[in-house]
Amino acid sequence: MAGGGQVEKRVKYKSSVKDPGTPGFLRIREGMLLFVPNDPKSDSKLKVLTQNIKSQKNTKEGSNKPPWLNLTNKLGKSHIFEFENYPDMHACRDFITKALAICEEEPNKSAVSTSSEQLSIKELELRFKLLRENSELQRLHKQFVESKVLTEDEFWATRKKLLGKDSIRKSKQQVGLKSMMVSGIKPSTDGRTNRVTFNLTPEIIFQIFAEKPAVRQAFINYVPSKMTEKDFWTKYFRAEYLYSTKNTAVAAAEAAEDEELAVFLKPDEILARETRQKIRRVDPTLDMEADQGDDYTHLMDHGIQRDGTMDVVEPQNDQFRRSLLQDLNRHAAVVLEGRSIDVESEDTRIVAEALTRVKQVSKADGETTKDANLERLERMSRLAGMEDLQAPQNFPLAPLSIKDPRDYFESQQGNVLNVPRGAKGLKRNVHEAYGLLKESILEIRATGLSDPLIRPEVSFEVFSSLTRTISTAKNIIGKNPRESILDRLPKSTKDEVLHHWTSIQELLRHFWSSYPITTTYLHTKVGKLKDAMSNTYSKLEAMKESVQSDLRHQVSLLVRPMQQALDAAFQHYEADLQRRTAKSGGERPNGYI
Amino acid sequence: MPAIASKQYSDDVSLLVLLLDTNPLFWSTTSITFSQFLSHVLAFLNAVLGLNQLNQVVVIATGYSSCDYIYDSSLTSNHGNFESNGTGMPAIFGSLLKKLEEFVTKDEELSKEEVSEDRIPSCLLSGSLSMALCYIQRVFRSGHLHPQPRILCLQGSPDGPEQYVAVMNSIFSAQRLMVPIDSCYIGVQNSAFLQQASYITGGVHHTPKQLDGLFQYLTTIFATDLHSRGFVQLPKPIGVDFRASCFCHKKTIDMGYICSVCLSIFCEHHKKCSTCGSVFGQSKLDDASSASDKKRKAPST
Repeated sequence: MAGGGQVEKRVKYKSSVKDPGTPGFLRIREGMLLFVPNDPKSDSKLKVLTQNIKSQKNTKEGSNKPPWLNLTNKLGKSHIFEFENYPDMHACRDFITKALAICEEEPNKSAVSTSSEQLSIKELELRFKLLRENSELQRLHKQFVESKVLTEDEFWATRKKLLGKDSIRKSKQQVGLKSMMVSGIKPSTDGRTNRVTFNLTPEIIFQIFAEKPAVRQAFINYVPSKMTEKDFWTKYFRAEYLYSTKNTAVAAAEAAEDEELAVFLKPDEILARETRQKIRRVDPTLDMEADQGDDYTHLMDHGIQRDGTMDVVEPQNDQFRRSLLQDLNRHAAVVLEGRSIDVESEDTRIVAEALTRVKQVSKADGETTKDANLERLERMSRLAGMEDLQAPQNFPLAPLSIKDPRDYFESQQGNVLNVPRGAKGLKRNVHEAYGLLKESILEIRATGLSDPLIRPEVSFEVFSSLTRTISTAKNIIGKNPRESILDRLPKSTKDEVLHHWTSIQELLRHFWSSYPITTTYLHTKVGKLKDAMSNTYSKLEAMKESVQSDLRHQVSLLVRPMQQALDAAFQHYEADLQRRTAKSGGERPNGYI
Repeated sequence: MPAIASKQYSDDVSLLVLLLDTNPLFWSTTSITFSQFLSHVLAFLNAVLGLNQLNQVVVIATGYSSCDYIYDSSLTSNHGNFESNGTGMPAIFGSLLKKLEEFVTKDEELSKEEVSEDRIPSCLLSGSLSMALCYIQRVFRSGHLHPQPRILCLQGSPDGPEQYVAVMNSIFSAQRLMVPIDSCYIGVQNSAFLQQASYITGGVHHTPKQLDGLFQYLTTIFATDLHSRGFVQLPKPIGVDFRASCFCHKKTIDMGYICSVCLSIFCEHHKKCSTCGSVFGQSKLDDASSASDKKRKAPST
């Protein structure tokens, strides 16, 4: 397998299947493919950038066809390369697959930031999707864009949020890890023979390497020096199979025989070391990362076996036992960590090495120096200390600064406008007023309550006016104060009113954002908008007429704010137009900017 | 107060706190005299006390420069025999009137000391609202068996915009305590404070047209206790005037600037908020000249 960044092979280049082929060299490098023909005079030199390659096809090894690799580029043209033998072709194919995988990520990112001139197909699709899903949006779109009042770009300019969110979501999502445990992979058994078959995918390999660092280390150590990959996995799954049979005696026996098998059967040393380190670094004050309870299997009669049974095991075979909780915890920790490496490769070795590198880096980061340790211990003792056993601490006192509350209240007085009037005059007024008041009080003390307190005809008038108030209020507001006017209108009217409301909002938004008018484009846009608004205004008037008489008042109440907003817009338009014609001094009577 | 058996407590026991407007500047300009007004009010109080044996009434006088408690029906000293001069005055209100007179004298003294700035001749509504709420809070804490309190504000003086903040604070406290503030406005202009108070706290606001029928208005609308309001329809106003007053000049405004930190309202652009001290950014409408410098996006049509 070519480990370097370049592959060079002797090939024959065919532009089509019938072509006999031009012999030459094919050089594949990162990002680029170069074909140089043997004959310098021939003009079939080819340079293909990997990002232009859309797909590749190849002939199968078992068939009688010669080893061909067919590359199709984005424009549809295909290049066929005939190799000397199959391994060559496979090498090139793998290289190109890798390069294609890297290029896949980029087009996704560039689709998000398209210039306004070129719309990518993706964005158009997004727009259609949004229109399909939201009927209100579709109606607005039909009304304005198809009648040429607004252009497409303007319509979507205010809805960037709708468009942007979707595409960001698509490109940035990372696929996480499966939460199914590795031990859940059951082999398929052949009923007839005594064989079990395990299916191994790169995903599973990644998971195994991430969860069991000992296995990963063993892989790096043994393959390909001591055994092939296939043998390695066979041994691994044999160990798993032994576990599943729960036969610790057999496991011990086999481990004694086969040293490599023993690696899989023993508890994971690397993992144990990591866990011990974590335990040492536990901060009793608030760290919940590692719990000593994770490691209770040293106690007798503890630990649930993977299948939920509890077996008594002889002490010398104890290390060949694993508990379900350990597996669960390890798996959960790995899933929560997420994918720590980005390499998607068929090559198991690369995966293993990448994982080891990552773990080493994180270990180096996590290693604390002596000073940091001391500091941590000191902090722990300080936080976990008992208050009544401490020596009395005299902290330096800082004086309180309480603001004068009068500042707040007095600032509320503010600067009341002082219009000077005769001060004396006012005082006299006040004095007189108080005098009158006191007289009244004396009067009532002397004479008592007035008799009759209230005349009957006045009382009757008050009653009737109150009753009238209550009944008219009921007519306007409705029996149920929570019911809205809209619900009492017939459905078609209600829909029409709401639609007018949204379309007026849209028009007004574009109208007001176009001011102040600085370019001709804006001028025409405002003109078109004004026509559309006048149109809507007349439609509103028509609607008011057409509605039934008993609902007419409510509808006109609903419609009034819309008309007011439109009136304000018209006023502004007229005023602006007048200002322009006045400014240009009448030389350009058409209001040309 | 003697201990009351709990089975005597029915749903409609109420505590009415009446805020009486005694602003002399207002009363010197009305069609109805203060004594006529007082007789309507006193008869109304009598009626409320007659509705239920356990009803309580508290009267707070809202003066020009001060406020004070005038009457509390739960105090036993009020049940005594006062001033039975053979006049038509029910003995029960003898002390009320006496205290009212003392209050007016005191208020006059205080207003003499005050610098005669030219403020709107409003009464001290914020002060009396606060006093009412304090009393109600004390009632709440007296035990789980207490009458349902409500506040009735009888006012004719116009709103004093310098009291806006204090009044709004009291209104929100009342809303929190779930105490409705009813308001009966007998003045000339509309009172935005009272409308807002009743709207926010769930009380009833009314502006009587005929002041000589005031007693009828009071007994029809404002005598209903809180429990009965669930099924009795009271006249409600159609709209509410929600205008605020600005914090700098105390003018009533309907469009202004608001500090995004403390929500204080200003009528003109300031560099700094006077309540919370946060510095404002440059206003977008400040320089119209910079608008033409802005690049306008003009996509190709």
